[in-house]
Amino acid sequence: MRMKKNLGWLGILPLIAVLLSGCDWALVDPKGQIGIEQKSLIITAFWLMMIVVIPVIVMTVVFAWKYRHSNHAAKYMPDWAHSNKIEAVVWLIPCIIILFLGIITWKTSHSLDPHKPIESDVETMEVQVVALDWKWLFIYPEQGIATVNEVAMPVDVPVHFSVTSASVMNSFFIPTLGSQIYAMAGMDNDVYLVANEAGVYDGKSSNYSGKGFSEMTFDAHAMSQDDFDAWVDKVGQSSETLSYEGSYQELAEPSTDHPVEYFSDVTSDLYRDIVEGFHGGNGESGHDGGHGETSMSAEAAE
Amino acid sequence: MFGKLGLDDIPYHEPILVVTAIVMMLGGLAIVGLLTYFKKWKWLWTEWITSIDHKKLGIMYFLVALVMLLRGFSDAIMMRTQQAMAAGGAEGYLPPEHYDQIFTAHGVIMIFFVAMPMVIGLMNLVVPLQIGARDVAFPFMNNLSFWLFVAGVALTMISLLIGEYGKTGWLAYAPLSGIQYSPGVGVDYWIWGLQISGIGTTLTGINFFVTILKMRTKGMTMFRMPIFTWTSLCANILIIASFPILTATIALLTLDRYLGTHFFTNDMGGNMMMYVNLIWAWGHPEVYILILPAFGVFSEVIATFAKKRLFGYNTMVWATACITILSFLVWLHHFFTMGAGANVNAFFGIATMIIAIPTGVKIFNWLFTMYRGRLQFTSPVLWTLGFIITFTIGGMTGVMLAVPGANFVLHNSLFVIAHFHNVIIGGVVFGMLAGLTYWFPKAFGFTLDEKWGKRSFWFWITGFYLAFMPLYILSFMGAVRRMQSYANADWQPLMIVAWVGAVLILCGIACTVIQFIVSIRNREKYADITGDPWDARTLEWSTSSPAPFYNFAHLPNVGSVDAFWEAKKEKGMAADKPTQYEDIHMPKNTAAGPIIGLISIVFGFALVWHIWWLAGVGAVGMFVAFMFRVFNDDIDYYVPAAEVERIEREHHKRLEMQA
Repeated sequence: MRMKKNLGWLGILPLIAVLLSGCDWALVDPKGQIGIEQKSLIITAFWLMMIVVIPVIVMTVVFAWKYRHSNHAAKYMPDWAHSNKIEAVVWLIPCIIILFLGIITWKTSHSLDPHKPIESDVETMEVQVVALDWKWLFIYPEQGIATVNEVAMPVDVPVHFSVTSASVMNSFFIPTLGSQIYAMAGMDNDVYLVANEAGVYDGKSSNYSGKGFSEMTFDAHAMSQDDFDAWVDKVGQSSETLSYEGSYQELAEPSTDHPVEYFSDVTSDLYRDIVEGFHGGNGESGHDGGHGETSMSAEAAE
Repeated sequence: MFGKLGLDDIPYHEPILVVTAIVMMLGGLAIVGLLTYFKKWKWLWTEWITSIDHKKLGIMYFLVALVMLLRGFSDAIMMRTQQAMAAGGAEGYLPPEHYDQIFTAHGVIMIFFVAMPMVIGLMNLVVPLQIGARDVAFPFMNNLSFWLFVAGVALTMISLLIGEYGKTGWLAYAPLSGIQYSPGVGVDYWIWGLQISGIGTTLTGINFFVTILKMRTKGMTMFRMPIFTWTSLCANILIIASFPILTATIALLTLDRYLGTHFFTNDMGGNMMMYVNLIWAWGHPEVYILILPAFGVFSEVIATFAKKRLFGYNTMVWATACITILSFLVWLHHFFTMGAGANVNAFFGIATMIIAIPTGVKIFNWLFTMYRGRLQFTSPVLWTLGFIITFTIGGMTGVMLAVPGANFVLHNSLFVIAHFHNVIIGGVVFGMLAGLTYWFPKAFGFTLDEKWGKRSFWFWITGFYLAFMPLYILSFMGAVRRMQSYANADWQPLMIVAWVGAVLILCGIACTVIQFIVSIRNREKYADITGDPWDARTLEWSTSSPAPFYNFAHLPNVGSVDAFWEAKKEKGMAADKPTQYEDIHMPKNTAAGPIIGLISIVFGFALVWHIWWLAGVGAVGMFVAFMFRVFNDDIDYYVPAAEVERIEREHHKRLEMQA
């Protein structure tokens, strides 16, 4: 049975999985509500598909072997090429599965919509994220501070990340917490995430953005409210400040493997200025309206 | 005088590239030397370069594709080696500067210069024979398409030695590919390589669309066409409908880069999201341009070697048609994470899943073709069985990606890489290798060595699973695509497993090369005298192997899908010996195709380097060459009946000797 050999390689996979069980499994062991829902969605979709995948693999092996040329005991019907019953079944089963999956897709596309606020008793925290060449700038408008390549959040507090880019396209992604979202210049995109367990999680750009892409990573710290307040104080004590016309321009210059930096006294309009900085030249920009009205949201542009 | 081109642009300080250059030049010199020594230049010119014979063009497409497979695979193994090394702070051996060019070139080459020419080559070789035609509708255009494609290949290869290639990823997303963020010539090589070869592809699409609609033999209604012809028809419809989008998108990017317009820039009202939408509006149908003909190959192979009619022919046709239409309605699933609203994402997610239905039906139909058949385990059948299993797994991961909620964590991760290699290697590559083995005797008159073919299969399939299953696992650890290095050393063991898989695939490719050598040496032993070595079902097997340049002495008359099979069962193997032959009207060879192709290389090169005067000369040159061809009336001739009779007599004599 040579075909068995073919499948034997699939059998290796769980083995590899066991061997690597000590590793950090971002998607298998999520630490936030969004990621947890996504994990269960992936598992559901996987098993629904298995309803077709397993029979197909079994049938391939069984049919190929049973109806091999040398097996004269098997029935041979060279002109048999149509059966309404079989055709009905092979259309119907995929249709039913896709119907189920379609319903799940519709529901979860809405429940897991990155733009949808997370329901919670505590107030959502605002963090503004700017992808620069090749580092991440995090602005805390409510605290008046900013950081580079490090973001912190209190456990169980939903965070609204407003995401933009001051350069090429990137994608803001903390795998352990869940959804990613594209960062695009002149666009005010957003994603809601929450960390339900304290820890330090890897964050990165998942959308290739040039030379420094591989090192465009950051640590996402989830911590208790007290620790977070202390962290805010620590950042606030930094002597570095950040303003759009001033030190921001310097920071925005391309750099790779950028160290963590803290800024205090960040101008309140910095994020808006960065987004709108790209709206020049088309005659409709201006600093007159509120943030939500003038910046072009990615959703609206779709 | 030389635009941006200077001596510094020749990378003589890069040892890898210098070695590559030397090897390429030595190889080139060896070929030139051999051709001169054996006085084969004239033969090469009249029999191949200027040929308008669809079979020879098909062979040339495949030849270029196999050469480019070696190049594309070198890129692959370099990437795998880099990722196996560059863990936990290690930088590996490729700096980002190189690594980024390599993954860009790998993607472009494998899709445009390996998969596409294999598919188009196979269509060239097979479609006219399957529909009982003597050539394609526009033979000169067919030759021109091929040489424009070669020009695209040449420009891409030149970038290796003069200048650089794009560092943008294979689809050159704006604004990264704009002049502000990619000031070098890499993106320009990408632009002109794809524009020139893309025009060739569009022309091919038109050519085969018309050929299949207008040149079918007597009695071959649409629903008597072999499945491979059907899938080719749908693929060509997709080419006609989607390639102009690619051409237009690249043209807009060209304007941004060359004239300072702002279609896709960050500022001045440019919109990079438009670029991503447009490129995928072409890019998704492109996937089906590749896979549909592969589906056709599997359908032919499985029916032939199961010795049984294809199960559910009509269903197969309608499933193919469904996929063709649906393939235009799903492009947004490549960027759910761009931030579109939930309704938009859900629509495109569900549309994508719906494609799984006709695809699933096709898979079941192949299974039920085996059912109650007599399956011979030839190497094309092994590729087909490997395909069914591998593609089903790839389809499953594709559906998982199509659920937006899940896509938000899987997008841009190695899951995507594993998924599309799962369907492209498992589907397109296996399909093309099955098709190559299956139709090789029709092209060359002898079959390929089975032993080496099967070895190739086992290396490819084990190599595939070893190389790509680890990537699925890595994606669950948070590994993303296009990393030149990564901090998490835990990922390294799986990266090494993936590297081993790539080495096994290399062994598979080596087996194919050995298979050619062994088969050519044993060509007498493997000779296909009857023209029907597999006891097959469709018209291409009714003529001799290799098929005569006019394909059929008498155009066949077709009464059903399996007309040739039924005729064999009724009359036995003895082919009819016609008593009378007639003159055959054939197109003449043309020098215009290769000349225009050659000038287009100069034209593209000049535009890449901003050598405006040379670009002007190139444009005028192409136009003049084209006009010479247009006003040339001496483009066809008649093969005298006596010549046809002589060729056919020889074939019949060989048949009788064997009997």
